[in-house]
Amino acid sequence: MNNTETTSVVLVGVGGQGILLASEIVAQTAMVAGFDVKTNEVHGMAQRGGSVVAQIRYGRQVHSPLVSKGTASVLGALERIEALRYADYLAPGGLVVVNSQVITPVTVSMGAARYPDDAEAKLRDQFDRLIYVDAGAKAIELGNIRVANVILLGALSTGLDLPLDAWRTGVANCVKPQYRDLNVQAFEVGRNLA
Amino acid sequence: MWILRYPKQIAYLGRTFLRRLLSANEAIARAAYESGVTVATGYPGTPSTEILENVVQYKGDIYCEWSPNEKVAFEVAAAAACAGARSIVTMKHVGLNVAADPLMTLSYIGVEGGMVIVVADDPGMHSSQNEQDTRNYARFAKIPLFEPSDSQEAKDFVAVAIRVSEEFKTPVILRTTTRVSHSRSLVELGERTANPKTIGLEKNPPRFVPVPLWGRPMRRKVEERLTQLKQAAATSPVNRIEWRDRSLGIVTHSIAYQYVREVWPEASVLKLGMAYPFPDSLLSEFAAGVEKLLVVEELDDFLQEHIKALGIPCVGREFVPGIGELSVTVLQQSRAAMEGRQLVPIPAPKYADELPARPPVLCPGCPHRGIFHALGKHDVIVTGDIGCYSLGTFKPLNRLDIILCMGGGVSMAHGLDKAGDPRTVIGIVGDSTFFHSGITGLLDIAYNKGCSTIIVVDNRTTAMTGHQENPGTGLTLMGESTVAASIEQIGRACGIQRVRTVNPYDSKQTEKVIAEEIHVKEPSLIVSRAPCPLREHKRVGPVRRIDPEKCKACKACLKLGCPAIDGAGAKPRIDGFLCNGCSLCEQVCRFGAITTTQEDAE
Repeated sequence: MNNTETTSVVLVGVGGQGILLASEIVAQTAMVAGFDVKTNEVHGMAQRGGSVVAQIRYGRQVHSPLVSKGTASVLGALERIEALRYADYLAPGGLVVVNSQVITPVTVSMGAARYPDDAEAKLRDQFDRLIYVDAGAKAIELGNIRVANVILLGALSTGLDLPLDAWRTGVANCVKPQYRDLNVQAFEVGRNLA
Repeated sequence: MWILRYPKQIAYLGRTFLRRLLSANEAIARAAYESGVTVATGYPGTPSTEILENVVQYKGDIYCEWSPNEKVAFEVAAAAACAGARSIVTMKHVGLNVAADPLMTLSYIGVEGGMVIVVADDPGMHSSQNEQDTRNYARFAKIPLFEPSDSQEAKDFVAVAIRVSEEFKTPVILRTTTRVSHSRSLVELGERTANPKTIGLEKNPPRFVPVPLWGRPMRRKVEERLTQLKQAAATSPVNRIEWRDRSLGIVTHSIAYQYVREVWPEASVLKLGMAYPFPDSLLSEFAAGVEKLLVVEELDDFLQEHIKALGIPCVGREFVPGIGELSVTVLQQSRAAMEGRQLVPIPAPKYADELPARPPVLCPGCPHRGIFHALGKHDVIVTGDIGCYSLGTFKPLNRLDIILCMGGGVSMAHGLDKAGDPRTVIGIVGDSTFFHSGITGLLDIAYNKGCSTIIVVDNRTTAMTGHQENPGTGLTLMGESTVAASIEQIGRACGIQRVRTVNPYDSKQTEKVIAEEIHVKEPSLIVSRAPCPLREHKRVGPVRRIDPEKCKACKACLKLGCPAIDGAGAKPRIDGFLCNGCSLCEQVCRFGAITTTQEDAE
């Protein structure tokens, strides 16, 4: 099977932003939609305050759990410059969804590096199909900052061929029962942003 | 937490999904349960840690423990298997170096119940200090080795490994890699099969005691067993030939198989799930059926060397790198090189060079920071160890000079001291690492009249691997309360007269004790004790803020390397969301500009 027959998703951000939950939701959604699924994340030392990458691939039969550069149908970033860092994973014409949140890297805090102040302009220059959202603000409107990741996922879902009902099941299955309604709502808010 | 635990049923459009999305680590835990394993041991190490963390959900059926180190874990599992129990022991690749002693002789003694040694390699060194290839240990110890390439195989191969272990009375290695252990794929679950054996070590010294008289016949049996295992490997269903186009045949293993299937979808493949002992007849059969033979293996050219030794022409290392991990991209380059083509490179991200790096750092409120900051006041040489505190190597703390291995932080301090390094030598080791293999080094310092200062940074957990219990925490893996070993008492029992305890959040006390201890001409042990705030899930104290009126922009607080302090502007600023309230910045500020925020100050 060729790489192109498998759909690849890359999610990036900084440790603690909820990348792994978002990855879990995509994977469960693809599974209930009837696809073979593989995911990969890096654990351990690479995680301490560092950038986090989660990769999900689904299709009739998936071999490699890793997404090759230039093949991701969608790229979701929970932090604005992380999308720029992993831009080469996106396939030509792929959809990028970026949360406008800034998390200052320690290298910037120490004065050893600069955080680009024109990140949005760089994003618009780098990507043709960009959805740039303040998912944190939308999440606070919904009453819980923690659902920013699911809002982002809602917007991202418009770039994938998975049915909406599968997404609802995926979201509902991956969160605690008391947060189900909130997260499904967050997903739909995100989907309507696209 | 949202961690999805099986057996959770998922229903969609009226269908219930029987397969679960599991990492290979979760699948191995499930396999231990389904295969009738009753004893599971290990020491945490990325990427192997989650295996035992998942076995614990079956604690009604499986006794499981975090042992102090891999050698102990191995010996516990080995004895259980000698008594007829089915056991697994888990560790990362470097852990098997620690357990190599019992491994080499257990090969002679053998087992009665099935024993699987699960070893997770880390090609690419995502979280490790080297990238050794565990397949060499199988050949070294003359025991079989299985290599799954996804989670379903991880589960199935544990069951096969248990059967082979019992049939040939040999311990068996199951080798995963980071990408196998931490990738998730669909797995079909099964039921538990009980071990039919009655448990109890047979009183039969010639069978279990390898003194030379009985060890020599054991030695011969190991070779006979290897010959029989070779035949088993040639017919084992886990080694399979996939005939497709015969102009190219690829011998491959583990996760590399998955990449090969994408890069050479048309090629015939010999997939080795049981890579050792080498299935010679199968290798010959496959080689005879294809025009050209390519070996694609991650890390050492373990298979290729052997295939060449059989006199079979093949290529491999000529095109496939042996350093770092493989991927579809890497193998696409190999294929292009073989075919004399140039690949069009994927353009790099336009702005990659302008982006600030995000290196791993000590967390806000980390108790290790206080120790590194205090050490920064002295011209000392510091030997470090394996754990979060290895991050003290980097700017701005800059306080570690050499790291070797678990426990090395203690013994290497002694070595520098005895070599005559003109500076004062300090050794740093974590609590779990101290129990793992720091105690013997400390004993050496006391016994052999060293004068190093050893600091145990005791954060009450095994933090780097995700907060596992250890002999000092007072809790077992199975969640039971137990005795908590005292580092201070162990130090005194080793013969260290000067044992001090400090609170690393109290910089005055910490600095004073360190200044006193490094100048005495005898060994001393400083225990820096404060629990990891990440594990406690609460702030150390109230959130701090910087009063811009009082701040003189001297940037002393930035020397702490705390991610909560943003120094990008003219004057530093504390991110109230990230701040864990450890107060170190308040203590280093000479202008009283850092205080608790109003709302949190109660």
